[in-house]
Formats: sequence, C-alpha cells, structure tokens
Amino acid sequence: MIKQDQKLSPDIFGDIKKAPTRDGFGHGLVEAAKADERIVAVCADLVESTRVEWFKKEFPTRFIEMGVAEQNLATVGSGLANYGKIPFITSYATFSPGRNNEQIRTTIALNNVPVKIIGSHAGLSVGPDGATHQALEDIGLMRMLPHMTVIVPADAEEARKATLAIAKTADPSYLRLGRSGTPSFTTAETPFEIGKANVIWESENPQVAFIACGYMVYNALLAAKKLQDVGIGSIVVDNHTIKPMDEKTIVSVAQKCGAVVTCEEHQVAGGMGSAVAEVLARTNPVPMEFIGVHDQFGQSGEPEELFAHYKMDVKSIVEAGKKVITRK
Amino acid sequence: MLTDDVIKELELKANDIRISLIDMLEDAGSGHTAGPLGMADIFTLFYFHILNHDPKDPSWSERDRLILSNGHITPIRYATMAHAGYFPLEELKTLRKFGSRLQGHPERERLPGLENTSGPLGSGLSQAAGMAYAARMDSKKFRTYCFMSDGEQQAGNVWEGAMFAGNNKLSNLTAVIDRNNIQIDGMTENVMPVEPLADKWRAFNWHVIEVDGHNMRAVDDAVNEAKAIFEKPTLIIAHTIPGKGIKEIEFDYTWHGKPPTKEEEVKFLKELRTLKGKIEASHND
Repeated sequence: MIKQDQKLSPDIFGDIKKAPTRDGFGHGLVEAAKADERIVAVCADLVESTRVEWFKKEFPTRFIEMGVAEQNLATVGSGLANYGKIPFITSYATFSPGRNNEQIRTTIALNNVPVKIIGSHAGLSVGPDGATHQALEDIGLMRMLPHMTVIVPADAEEARKATLAIAKTADPSYLRLGRSGTPSFTTAETPFEIGKANVIWESENPQVAFIACGYMVYNALLAAKKLQDVGIGSIVVDNHTIKPMDEKTIVSVAQKCGAVVTCEEHQVAGGMGSAVAEVLARTNPVPMEFIGVHDQFGQSGEPEELFAHYKMDVKSIVEAGKKVITRK
Repeated sequence: MLTDDVIKELELKANDIRISLIDMLEDAGSGHTAGPLGMADIFTLFYFHILNHDPKDPSWSERDRLILSNGHITPIRYATMAHAGYFPLEELKTLRKFGSRLQGHPERERLPGLENTSGPLGSGLSQAAGMAYAARMDSKKFRTYCFMSDGEQQAGNVWEGAMFAGNNKLSNLTAVIDRNNIQIDGMTENVMPVEPLADKWRAFNWHVIEVDGHNMRAVDDAVNEAKAIFEKPTLIIAHTIPGKGIKEIEFDYTWHGKPPTKEEEVKFLKELRTLKGKIEASHND
C-alpha cells in the first residue's frame, strides 16, 4: 500500500507524467541561487544537457564556463569553495566524478570544501549514447570518500529538493542525475531530508523490502504492486541518500521483512546495494538480492530495452523478490 | 622597498630557515630536501616581504593567498611559517610524525595558514585560479599566488588551469614555477621535456618573466611587475638550484626525495652556519 504520509502523486499507478531528474536540478539550482548569492555554477561544455543553462540565463555573472576540462572543473571548484563560494560543478557522471576522481578526492574531499558535484547522465538510462557515457561506478567512487554526501534522487521533484538541501550544507556533495524522464511520483509535499530514507510503500505482513534509488525506485514500486496482486506483501524504500545512509530505516525494514532486494542503476559491486549490505551484515543480516549491473558495461539501446537485458526491469525485480523470500 | 639592508636580513633569515629545514628533515627521517632548499629564498621573500598576511590571524579575509601546488616541498613552507610566527619553532620537530599538524604533504584543515591540501601534482594552479576568479567577482583587493614545480608542468591539469586563467585575464593571479630542472626520475629534459616553457605560457595568454630565483631583488621586481600587468595573469619562472646552500648536493636529483642522515645533518648545518658569515661579509663590502 502507498504510504499516505508520503503525499505521493495521485496518478502514481495511472497516467503518470515523466521528467528527468536533471530538470529538477536545473529548477532547484535557480531557486537555491535566488536565496543564497554565494552560489555559483561551473560547467564543462554541457550547459544545455545538464540544465545549468537555466541558472546561466538568470545569473550570467555567476556562471563560469570551463570548456572540456573536467580536472579544471573540480579544481577551480575547489578554489571557489575555499574562498567562500558554493560552487555547483556540472558535467556527465562518467567525466565528473569519473575522469577527475583524484582531484575530487584531494582538493574537494580531503580539503573538505563545499563543492557540489553534479553528475548527470548517470546509469544505463542514458540509453543510445552507449557504454562510454553510462556511468555505473560513480556512486561507489563518491561514497568511498570521507566528508562526501551522496544523493541519488528518484524523480525530478526529489532532485529539486535535493539540490536545495545540498546548497545549504557545508559539506562536499555528490548529486547523481539521469538523462531520461523518470515517472514523477513524488510531489512538492513529499518529505525530503538528507540522510532520511522515505518508506513509500508498505503492505501488511511484508515479506521482502525493496531498497532502491534513482530510476529504480519507481520500478520497485511497480514490482511491489505486482507482488501485492499475488498476495506477497512488501516494503519499498526510496533510499535517496547513499551517504550518510539512514541505517535506522534500513535495519527497521530488514527486521520487519527478513529479506531485502536492492535496486540501482549502477554496478552491483560498490554501489548503493553494497552500502546497504554493509549496514545489514553488521547489524541484522538477512538474505539479499541485488538488482543492478553485474560486472559488465552497458551498451546502446532505449532505457527499457537495457533494463530488460540487464535484468533490472519490473519483471526481474518481482523475480528477485520471490527468490529472496525462499532463501529465508 | 627592498633596500640592501632588507635584502641582507632576508638572506640571513633564509639561511636560518634552511638550518631549521635540515634539522627537521633529519628528525623526520623521510621527506624531500633538494626542492625545499632551492625554494628557501623565495618562501622567505614572500613571507617576510611580499605577502600581505597576519600570522596571528591566519583566516583574515583580506590576506593574500599562497597556494602550494607541489605539496612535497611543504617542509620549507612549514619552516618559513614557523619563523614568521604562525606556530612555535619547536613544532617543526613533529614533521611527518603521528598526530602532527605538519603532515608529510600539507592538509589545509590541520594547520591554520595553509591555504590548500596538495601532493598529487598539477592541481594547485586551478585552485588558485578559482580563488582569484572569486576574489574578482567580489571586488577583493588581495592577490593570489601559486607555487608550482617544473616537473609538474608535465601534468594536464596545469594546462587546463593555465588556459582558464589566461582566457579569463586573471591579473590578480601570479604563479611561480620552481625551475630547478630535477624530478624524481632525473632531469626534467630527460624525463619529459617541458621546454620551451616561457613560450608555452605566453601562448596561453600569460605574461612571463624569467628570474634568478635566489636573487631577492629580481624576484621582488618580478612580483611588482606582475601587479602592474592589467590584462593577464603573470608567470614567474624562477630558476633555482636544487639543494641550494649545500654545495655537495646542489643539482643532484637523487636528493629530490630523501632526508639527510645524522652525519650529513651535522656536516650540512656546519656549512650553513659558515654561509651566515659569508652573507654578512658580502653585504658589508
């Protein structure tokens, strides 16, 4: 059952609108910048596609173009933040935090300055651009860094709220965004807090907890509904903050259900599911299944084709749910 | 004004700082010797004459910023900062020791007065450029300086930063390359040539000045010239002698990354103490 306290969209299982999380970021950044003039935006030749162009139009003197130079993107960002600005540095996730990972580690994370790293076009849902542009490692890279906050919003509205939230912290932060439209299932009234996972679906006598992030949250929700139809109750968690993780909620749903399936658009090794497993192995071990990419690269195709191929579609999540229950 | 008396004082101060440096490196048992000795004169000139700073208020918002890109020469920054009054001289003995604020490579958050965290080469210039850009946005008067190594010029990030600063005409930014011609694997021009260095930087829209990095007046003049250049950031290529002050290790690249032994320390300190008399004599002529 949909959790009423989450104030989700009334169209959630109907004719639901779609919007990419990068759009939510673009709107959120303009909103945040109106409230705080320390905010500046820096981009590496991807103004339109990272949606930072809306900020650039509104605040041309607070926008800085880097050209195709992601190492410079991170290090100029570090200098701006060290001075006292709050820079949002934007690119594709394969390039930032991919190409410039060491600069992020040393000059942002270890240096501990509030650079906000925006990695767009993450995950398989980039689609036709293919494997070179489908970041599947970025959650792992960023969650390993001390001081770093890591957030993967599930829809555009959540991305907007996440942007506003990271703009207010003094921490280096990573916000992972997608290119393709994701179902807009949250609303302006849906709660969002860094480090507080949202339980969005909870059946009576749940047998499995789906802990998901990003695009996969909605797929997990559809899987939960299908399982409900065949009498299998579940919980769905929108685990948008990978770091710091909401251990309390993770442990609580694992205890209630006794089995967990994690769902993410990322390599299974080192991603959100690994982070959940680290928490549960230490506190409350339960059988787990991992939906994600298993030690392969992506390829060209439409998002739905790719999700089916890599067993990340609703059908695969349903199967993983049934399987993990048998392992209790 | 850099009078002859002031220069004499600065040279004597640089010699004292070299003495502290040799002492702390031997205590540490690891670390870099050649580069720090070669940059002793420039660090002394900056901390005791050029920088607008306040050792008692390291986070003063209007201070000049000095970004050290090649973090491995940080012992000379530590020694100079201690002499300038940022922290007690005795603390230099903690270099590279567990719990010390003087980490093997500098960490901004551990020691007030360090502007940045560095070690991995190539990323200091861009950080300095980010600061200079932000300062210009806010019409701040302070200047940003970045010290780099010459081996570091082989790193791509340097050129991304150079392109950014040049194209944005960051005239409030001055970079200094420690052109000592050595790096870990040998002489720079044998490992991966960086010449023609001045032409490269000019092509990136920088004003370039070449100086003898041990000539206080020449370096000071170059810094003043940089302040007068309106449309461009300035690069000062400071030709320095690695290991400067200790004859037997000067120009020897094998001293890039090792400290003196106890016996060497005694010998080196003796030589530096003799040098003190020579500096005084040269200014009394």
